[in-house]
Amino acid sequence: MTDVAEKIVNGDVRAVARLIRDIDDGMPGVRQVLKELYPSTGNAYILGITGAPGVGKSTLVDQMVSHLRKRDKTVGVLAVDPTSPFSGGAILGDRVRMQRHSMDEGVFIRSLATRGHFGGLTQSTRSAIDVFDAMGKDYIIVETVGVGQDEVDVVKSAHTTIITVIPGMGDDIQAIKAGILEVGDIFLINKADREGTDKTLSDLRLMINMDHKKYEEGNWKPPILKAQAVFDKGVKELLEEIDKHRKHLTEHCGGWQVRRREDKVRQELGDMIKSRLIEEVLGKITETGDFDEAVNSIVEGKTDPYTACDKLVLPAIGVSTG
Amino acid sequence: MGNNRRVRVMVAKPGLDGHDRGARIIARAYRDAGFEVVYSGLHQTPEEIVEAAIQEDVDMIGLSSLAGAHKYLFPRTVELLREKSAEDIVVCGGGIIPEDDIPPLKEAGIKEIFTPGTALDDIVKWVKENVKPR
Ligand code: B12
Ligand SMILES: Nc1nc2c(ncn2[C@@H]2O[C@H](COP(=O)(O)OP(=O)(O)O)[C@@H](O)[C@H]2O)c(=O)[nH]1
Ligand SMILES: [Mg+2]
Repeated sequence: MTDVAEKIVNGDVRAVARLIRDIDDGMPGVRQVLKELYPSTGNAYILGITGAPGVGKSTLVDQMVSHLRKRDKTVGVLAVDPTSPFSGGAILGDRVRMQRHSMDEGVFIRSLATRGHFGGLTQSTRSAIDVFDAMGKDYIIVETVGVGQDEVDVVKSAHTTIITVIPGMGDDIQAIKAGILEVGDIFLINKADREGTDKTLSDLRLMINMDHKKYEEGNWKPPILKAQAVFDKGVKELLEEIDKHRKHLTEHCGGWQVRRREDKVRQELGDMIKSRLIEEVLGKITETGDFDEAVNSIVEGKTDPYTACDKLVLPAIGVSTG
Repeated sequence: MGNNRRVRVMVAKPGLDGHDRGARIIARAYRDAGFEVVYSGLHQTPEEIVEAAIQEDVDMIGLSSLAGAHKYLFPRTVELLREKSAEDIVVCGGGIIPEDDIPPLKEAGIKEIFTPGTALDDIVKWVKENVKPR
C-alpha cells in the first residue's frame, strides 16, 4: 500500500483533503491510490440531496449531520456548487450553513465546484465518495443543485436520494419530472412554514402516482415529507424515512450495499470508461494539436467532420483507419 | 479528469464582527479571477477557520475584520496553522486596520494587509503573484 492510502484508511484529515483535491485536479497517481482504497470501501451509507438553489439543502444537511452525530455516526459531506462559466472560478458557500460542525472530528465537510469538464463531476464526486468511505465515515451526504445530467448521475451513486422542493414552485415541479423524478427515493417539501405547502404536496403526489412502476408489489413508494430545516422540524422524520429505505434495500434488493450490485456496477463502470476515454483521447489530440488542425481543415472546406473524427479517434484507440 | 490545479482560497470572517460586505466583494472578485473560493460565513473562531481551511485544502486564507479585533484574531490564525503543520497555507487580511498595526501583523506571519480603498485588481494580482496552488 502507498503511504497515502494507508494514511487515508487511518483517517488522516490532511491526506484525505489533499487526495480529494488531486482527484478534482486530475493529478497523476490518484488512480493508484483509489485502486488501493477500493477494498476499504462499501461500508458507508450514501445520501444524495438535490434541488434548486435556495430551497434549503445546506441547512437541511447541517441538521441531518447533527441528528446523525447524536446517533454516534460519523459523517462526510460533499457540497457541490456551480463553477462560473465566465471565469472558471466558483463561490462555494454551502459551508456557511454547516460551520457549527467544523470542530467536530467526526464530521468532514468538503466543497466541490462543478468545473464543467466532460463527465468529470460524476467521476470525481464518486471518487471523493470512495475516499470518505475508505476513511471510515458511516454516512456520506452529497449535496448538488439538481439540474444537469451530471447531477442526476451523481445522485444515482447514492443509496437514498432526496429531492427537495419548496412550496409554490409550480412549473418548477413540472420541470423536475424530466429525468429526476425517477431517481427520487424521498421527496421533501422544505420551508413548509410557507404558504402553498399543501398544494405542492398534492401536485407532487399526483406526479408520483403517475409513475406506475413505483406501485408494483414490493417496490419502494417514495414518501413525500414536509420540513422546516431552519427550525429543525421534520428532520428527525426524514432520517426515520431514510432508515426505512435502507431497510427496504436490505430486505428487497439483496442488501443495502447496492453499489456492489450488478446494475450499479455496470452503470458506474460504464460511466468510468466514458470519462476515461474522453480524458485519454481528447487529452491526447488536443495536446498534439491534431484537434485544432482538424477544426481548421473543416473550416477551410478541406475535409468533413465525419472523416476528421475517424482520423482523430480511431488511431487513438488503436483501431486502424479503413 | 484533466490535469489542472485550480487556486483554492478561503475568505473568512473571524470574531464577532458582522460587516460582511467587504468579504463578499472580495469573494466575488476572486471567483471572477478564476479561483475557487470557500466562504466561511460570519462569526468564526480562528480554530474553526483553520480546521475548515485544512478540510477544504485551500492555498490561502483571506481574513476580513472591521471591528478592531485583528490584533488577536489574525496572528492566532497563523499560530494555529503552524501548530497543525499547515503553515504552507498563506494568510492575508483586510478591513479597518490602523496603519500602525500593520508591521506587527506582518511580523506575526500575515503576508499582506489590504485597507479600504484598495483596488480589487490589486487584491487579485497579489494572490496571483504570491499564492501558488500547492
Ligand atoms: C456599512 C457599514 C456597516 C453596516 C454593515 C453592513 C454589512 N453587512 O457589511 C452596518 C450598518 C450593519 C454596520 C454596523 C456596525 N458598524 Co459599521 N460600518 C460600515 C461602513 C460605513 C462601511 C463598511 C463597508 O461595507 N465598506 C465597503 C467594503 C467594500 O469595504 P471594506 O470592508 O473595508 O473592504 C475593503 C478593504 O478593507 C479590503 N478588505 C476587507 N476585507 C478584506 C479581506 C481580504 C481577504 C482582502 C484581501 C481585502 C479585504 O478590501 C475591500 C475593498 O477595497 C464602515 C465605515 C467605513 N468607511 O469603512 C463602518 C464601520 C466599519 N462600522 C463601525 C461600527 C463601530 C459599527 C457598529 C459596531 C455600530 C455602529 N456604530 O454602527 C455596528 C456593528 C455591526 C456588527 N454586527 O459587527 C466602525 C468600526 C470601528 C472600528 N473598527 O474600530 C466603522 C469603521 C465606522 C466608524 N468609523 O466608526 N456598519
Ligand atoms: N422559511 C424558511 N427558510 C428556510 C428553511 N430552510 C432553509 N431556509 C433558508 O433558505 C435559505 C437558503 O438555504 P440554503 O440551505 O443555503 O439553500 P440551498 O441553496 O438549497 O443549499 C437560507 O436563508 C435558509 O435560512 C425553512 O424551512 N423555512
Ligand atoms: Mg447549498
